[in-house]
Amino acid sequence: MIATQPDAGGHFGPYGGRYVPEVLMSPLEELQRTYDEAKLDPDFQRELDDLLRNYAGRPTPLFYARRLSERLGGAKIYLKREDLLHTGAHKINNGRGQALLARRMGKRRIIAETGAGQHGVATATVCALFGYDCTVYMGEEDMRRQSPNVFRMRLLGAKVVPVTSGSRTLKDAISEAMRDWVTNVSDTHYLLGSALGAHPYPAMVRDFHRVIGLEAREQILAREGRLPDAVIACVGGGSNAIGLFHPFIADEAVHMVGVEAGGRNMELGQHAVRFAGGSPGVLQGTRSYLLQDDDGQIALTHSVSAGLDYASVGPEHALLHDLGRAEYTSCNDADAIAAAVTLSREEGIIPALESSHAVAEAIRRAPAHPGKIFIVNLSGRGDKDINIYRENLPEMDAA
Amino acid sequence: MSRITELFARLKSEGRTGMIAYLTAGDPTPDATPGLVAALERGGADLIELGVPFSDPIADGPVIQLAGDRAIKAGTTLKRVLAIAAEIRKSSEVPLLLFTYLNPALRYGFEKLAVDAKAAGIDGCLLTDVSVEEASEYVSVMRAAGLDTVFLAAPTSTEARLALVAKYSSGFVYLVSRTGITGEQTSISDLAMPLVQRMRAHTDLPLAMGFGISTPAHVAVFNGKVEGVVVGSAVVRQIARDPAGLEAFMSSLTQPLKAVAIS
Repeated sequence: MIATQPDAGGHFGPYGGRYVPEVLMSPLEELQRTYDEAKLDPDFQRELDDLLRNYAGRPTPLFYARRLSERLGGAKIYLKREDLLHTGAHKINNGRGQALLARRMGKRRIIAETGAGQHGVATATVCALFGYDCTVYMGEEDMRRQSPNVFRMRLLGAKVVPVTSGSRTLKDAISEAMRDWVTNVSDTHYLLGSALGAHPYPAMVRDFHRVIGLEAREQILAREGRLPDAVIACVGGGSNAIGLFHPFIADEAVHMVGVEAGGRNMELGQHAVRFAGGSPGVLQGTRSYLLQDDDGQIALTHSVSAGLDYASVGPEHALLHDLGRAEYTSCNDADAIAAAVTLSREEGIIPALESSHAVAEAIRRAPAHPGKIFIVNLSGRGDKDINIYRENLPEMDAA
Repeated sequence: MSRITELFARLKSEGRTGMIAYLTAGDPTPDATPGLVAALERGGADLIELGVPFSDPIADGPVIQLAGDRAIKAGTTLKRVLAIAAEIRKSSEVPLLLFTYLNPALRYGFEKLAVDAKAAGIDGCLLTDVSVEEASEYVSVMRAAGLDTVFLAAPTSTEARLALVAKYSSGFVYLVSRTGITGEQTSISDLAMPLVQRMRAHTDLPLAMGFGISTPAHVAVFNGKVEGVVVGSAVVRQIARDPAGLEAFMSSLTQPLKAVAIS
């Protein structure tokens, strides 16, 4: 039986923990206390549920992708439609929860990092809703490739700060957000966007996303009368994946598949495949698998998908990996784009580039599994990626 | 007795507050570092923090981030920093504190690091992102090799945390003068002095104050109040701007540290 909660120090087996400068230890303790109290407070749960239902649009449908499944001639593929949530991705589940915690702590300034911009948009959205001051750190490279989301954040009243250090992507945005937090701890809450970072973030962010798996479990039981054979999700930091996986961990017959970004190729610096290409280490507050060089310097990463372009991975995934409870595979840039085209043409759904990685894995796997049931987390919609799809599919523009 | 403990005993007998200078080893090149350390010593530095560059320094402001980038580009690794320390040790007895983040140390291996650092003449170690909760293995390995382990105490630290910082620290305790990252400031935070008093209640170890101290006036504020004052970003900036002027710059900063009994 796999432990589904970390220990008191936030350890998932040898992973997780709390590795931050001393200045941040007390605020992390405060956040944990606040969250522990909130979990037991029926008013908190009621308010969270109300917001998720009436503002964000939960529950999301579980859609049987009939045309795609029949064309592949194998497993039945169901899509968990997190893309239909307000702001277009699962990220709002967590944003909502942490915004309520910020209010309990009396903190009215929110900071966040963002890669693809979905978490930044979700954060800017909840800040508008709660009347908070909002600053989002975003790598300069990500601002370029996700420019529609940059404008959405600004339209929502957030300040978007370009990060020009390092690889100018998600990792550097997290470092910059941590520096802001260190400086402004007294009035600021860091609304971290994935199941990453120092304890209590990995378990707390996961808990806010567990609703994905809980709904999917109920929906597939109602629809098929049995559990799925596999649940499949993309893994950047890993929040949408852990949200889907967690309620299935005890169901040993349910295979869990996390899909990392294979990027261009498997040379260090050209991908974000932390499990097959990395090794354990400590980055940005937590111990997990990392892409690093022989001297412990963090490696650059690449993915066409900004949301998966990160050198580390949530610590609970590291434990599930080592225990063999979840399988981690990868999908390269080209296959992810091809899967997005397929899903658009077969089902009329344009997926986010991140989610396309999970779709690609389902497409690859389905033909060999007739009679089986897959649930794929369609974690986000593709509107934000239109420019990247255009760049990669020039023949469609020419037609 | 370690070189660090000896230093603070001597400072106490002389009735003076010590000057601790941080520099990023390998900035601008690994070969330049021993000469820069010698200049800091001539300028009056009593203890040197040798920063090992890390790609993702979350506790550092832009000055030290950029120095780290330059050092990494110039081929500086933890192994190379130990070689630099050995080079410094050939001609100096100045206490050397290795100052870095956990991941390079983990990758090197604690056991191997402890042995190799001791052999290179390093006296102690400070890993910015190792909290006391995660410190027990690291501390026991370093102490077994005869190295001091220095931890940070912050204005946000609770009494319970200060007690743990006292328990795990040896050599001295590094007080962070304010909430924030490393970097120069125009004035000293009013959070600094209360932290000195609070920390004294938990330990008899020497206390050094750092973060945001960059001018002789800042140094003067702490003279006689703590056992050591740390200057980091200002030194790194001086090295980037005018390395030839480093000794004179260090002298100007140590000028206010005349003999005053610590109150």
